[in-house]
Amino acid sequence: MSQPPMFSIHQLKYKNILSIDQLSIPADTITCIIGESGSGKTTLLKMLNHLISPDSGEIKVNGTSIFDLNPVDLRRKVVMLPQTPAMFKGTVRDNLFIALRFAGRPNVPDSELDKLLARVHLNKDLDTDSESLSGGERQRVGLARVLLLDPPVLLLDEPSSALDEETTHLIMEELTDYVHENKKTLVMVTHSKAVVSDYAEHIIEIRSGHVVRESERVEQ
Amino acid sequence: MSSDLTLWQLASAYLFIVILLIIVRIKGIPREKEILISSVRMTIQLMIVGYLLAYIFTHAHPVYTLIILVFMLLFAIYNVYQRAKIPLNRELKKKIAISMALGVLATLVYFLMVTLSVSPWYNPRYVIPVSGMIIGNTMTGISLGVNTLLNGMNANKQMVETALMLGATPREATRPIINQAFDSAMLPTINSMVGMGIVFLPGMMTGQIIGGASPLMAIRYQIAVMLGIVGGASLTVLLFVQISYMAFFNNRCQLKENELNVKSTH
Repeated sequence: MSQPPMFSIHQLKYKNILSIDQLSIPADTITCIIGESGSGKTTLLKMLNHLISPDSGEIKVNGTSIFDLNPVDLRRKVVMLPQTPAMFKGTVRDNLFIALRFAGRPNVPDSELDKLLARVHLNKDLDTDSESLSGGERQRVGLARVLLLDPPVLLLDEPSSALDEETTHLIMEELTDYVHENKKTLVMVTHSKAVVSDYAEHIIEIRSGHVVRESERVEQ
Repeated sequence: MSSDLTLWQLASAYLFIVILLIIVRIKGIPREKEILISSVRMTIQLMIVGYLLAYIFTHAHPVYTLIILVFMLLFAIYNVYQRAKIPLNRELKKKIAISMALGVLATLVYFLMVTLSVSPWYNPRYVIPVSGMIIGNTMTGISLGVNTLLNGMNANKQMVETALMLGATPREATRPIINQAFDSAMLPTINSMVGMGIVFLPGMMTGQIIGGASPLMAIRYQIAVMLGIVGGASLTVLLFVQISYMAFFNNRCQLKENELNVKSTH
């Protein structure tokens, strides 16, 4: 790899959940983290977002130790979408705008928000009450929220766990185009074999907190 | 009716309670002990306070006034700790104490010095009752605020985490919870202002009127004290929520684990 990695991890230990000797996550690439439930995948994503800190070891973001970066500034560049994103009181529009407010950025016109909803294949009015949304719809509002922030790095925790196969495929196509066109780094935890085989460019497999496989996808 | 209540007259009030006790006993409601004990306790407490105040009023001295003030404040802070439904860690306790002390003192200085122009500044006849009312109401407000904040942080952990993941500062991430804590702390004070004079006549005003003051003068004092209570309670709760939300985060703006629900281990 000619480019330096987006994330590099060295001798990381966290409770008895994670123990990673060495791991690199390349920039401008779609990386899929796979492994059984409870193997530490979500914990690893939270580490990259600095929502939790390792007990020992090092995480470097673009060559800088994560401890030397302001955590809030980092999270604005390395945005994470949890598996079940919380909905805030109010409409779908409020739930998108709140991300901009968190990031200290001005609101955008409705037309932009509608475009975002189309990209995540969510056919809902912006005035829809967020409480009435299903799990899959919430997941897509959550994804739209991340896309609205347009960060250089996106960390997605099982973004399609509540979606059917077809919607997953449509959204992954959109995401892939977005990542490639805008030179983004996408790291996603997934259980879907189809997503891994169709979209992953880099695969990390975790078992009981250890990286057991790290490979680039072999083009078929 | 004279303005002095004789001991014989007071005895008639006890007679009323004795009759009540007999009725309660005949009806077989097992509460006579509680009524008796609380009546006796109330009598003793008030007698002590009465003699204490009588002494302090005739021997007015800044030290006496200050001791009483500090005692009231400490008792109120202790009461807030006791009323918390979730055990408080040391950091939160410290923040409650700081906000109570600062909020109450700032309010008292302003209302006693500027509004009531109490002279000399330690005049116990004014300082003690007014402080008691302001501290008491502040205590109720902050108790509710503490409970709402703790419950809100517990119930909305996922929401706070989602916000942090998007790059929110801890302040932004907890804003709805902080606002809710402030609302619930202020609700009783706001409700009592709304009902004031219509649903009930406040104790202080009633006391002044019975003591011979004109109702028009009594309401002036009541309004001033009520505003002091609103000011004191809101200032204290404002201070508390502003400094205490950070107790749930570490210096890396991460939600502290184990901070909610359990006592701090350090």
